[in-house]
Amino acid sequence: MRGGGGGVPEHRSLLDRLFWRVGTVVVIVFALLPVAWIASLSLKPAADLNDNRFLPRDVSLEHYRSIFQDPQFPAALWNSVGIATLSTVLSVILAMFAAYAIVRLRFRGRRLVLGAALSIAMFPPIAVVGPLFNLWRNLGLFDTWPGLILPYMTFTLPLAIWTLSAFFREIPWELDRAARVDGATPFQAFRHVIAPLAAPGVFTAAILVFIFAWNDFLFAAALTSTNDARTVPAAIAFFTGSSRFQLPTGSIAAASMVVTVPVLLVILAFQRRIVAGLTQGAVKG
Amino acid sequence: MSRLVSRLPGLWHRLGRSAEERLGWLLCAPAVLAMLLVTAYPILYALWLSLFRYDLRFPDRRTFVGLDNYASVLTSGVWWESVLNTLIITLGSVSVELILGMGLALLMHRAVFARRTLRASVLVPYGIITVVAALAWKFAFDPVTGFINPLVGVDHAWLSHRWSAFLVLILTEIWKTTPFMALLLMAGLTLVPKDVLDAARVDGASGPQRFFRITLPLMKPAILVALLFRTLDAFRIFDTVFIQTRGAQNTESVSVVGYNALITRLNLGLGSAVSVLIFVCVILIALLFIKGFGTRMSRPEEAR
Repeated sequence: MRGGGGGVPEHRSLLDRLFWRVGTVVVIVFALLPVAWIASLSLKPAADLNDNRFLPRDVSLEHYRSIFQDPQFPAALWNSVGIATLSTVLSVILAMFAAYAIVRLRFRGRRLVLGAALSIAMFPPIAVVGPLFNLWRNLGLFDTWPGLILPYMTFTLPLAIWTLSAFFREIPWELDRAARVDGATPFQAFRHVIAPLAAPGVFTAAILVFIFAWNDFLFAAALTSTNDARTVPAAIAFFTGSSRFQLPTGSIAAASMVVTVPVLLVILAFQRRIVAGLTQGAVKG
Repeated sequence: MSRLVSRLPGLWHRLGRSAEERLGWLLCAPAVLAMLLVTAYPILYALWLSLFRYDLRFPDRRTFVGLDNYASVLTSGVWWESVLNTLIITLGSVSVELILGMGLALLMHRAVFARRTLRASVLVPYGIITVVAALAWKFAFDPVTGFINPLVGVDHAWLSHRWSAFLVLILTEIWKTTPFMALLLMAGLTLVPKDVLDAARVDGASGPQRFFRITLPLMKPAILVALLFRTLDAFRIFDTVFIQTRGAQNTESVSVVGYNALITRLNLGLGSAVSVLIFVCVILIALLFIKGFGTRMSRPEEAR
């Protein structure tokens, strides 16, 4: 990424420049199109939902009001936030231990841990859905928060371990010893020297893990059944409108906006780190 | 993997040899245990369940049937059609994503115009919940609500016909995951030494020549890693198919078949056989990539 900016002056023809500019505009429009479309649907009054227009003629907040009046969506939102947050915290803590050991310690199992993480990254979740469904029913974990947190934590560990290992490798760990020589206690050295250096990596891993848990639909659809633990993707997918055969388009669009906009803001605010996090694992891998 | 497994006895022997070794294992233990408990154990359990006739609606009638479930799955048209459907979606989306992703990676790599906006918008599809993206495209193509039909000037129920449904499914996949592909490829682009490209330019190599003769060969490992990850990811496609067609019009993917057997019909025996077969397919695809292309998948230690 660094120096990837094409800062070296290069004689480019007008046509060449035009080509790249048009490409940029096309990409931006295409990337944002479905978001704009969902936003537009969520703001259309119920009567206009089927007008086949991209932009709304009139703007109304009725769908937003209705999803928050129904108990289903607020419950799902709370489940999503809680489950994704707890999964993120647990996954990142476990991954921090593992990544520290992989980067800092010489032991024979390092390869095994990274290999196991890699094979789980390729693992098809559907292969464990059935067994987990049956186990969770017997253990009383079906339709509970821990019932989703456990699979999310596990399936995000590879991502977290790889991202954190890549970041931890860049940390000049000797600074810790230097601080100790200067009279700092081990805890002070950790708190004032190492922790600030490690924080960006931990934060990046946390965002990536959160997005995974926030996004999942398969586990949520299979391992939950009520408002007790059903997360937003499953709730939206199983939304029932007034009529059995018609999707409640407006409510779905409004609920989608509510769960999309905050995540997009976080992503836009930390785009550099997310790009670094996603690419670093690949380069170092 | 097999190489790693064969080293296990040596590992145990060395356990407890040094404090550093023990600390290393201690720190990795929670993560490794979690991964074993939630993936290795269930897959073995699935293997066990797949040998029984076991329907949760009639749990008392659980009987050992050996490989009968595999025989039923492998002789059923539904399974093979879903394999074909999954391959259509996988090949359709991954091949287009590779080309678009490469273009996008080049664009991000050398963009001089709206650089920040470009990178930010590319992350938008990545950050959106797949279910939401699938619904957005479904509504867009819907003849009653959507804007696509008037835009293109046709009157077509896209998701009610098999091939146009595939088109929508693949388009949704491409929209959602091209950014990820592009980011992986961009990481490969940054590894191409700039002085080599500059030297080639000085020697009079044209842009396409520099790309095909220098950049592309040097990026081969990054391309293969990106392809492997996306192929395996596309092969387990579930969310998009479930939301957009629920498998209607013969668009069922293997994961949807598994889900329907396990969760919708509560047939744990048959569903587990499907799960195990999907797992085997994924291993075969991974082996095909690793052996077939001779990719050096991961040597993280050597990057130090």
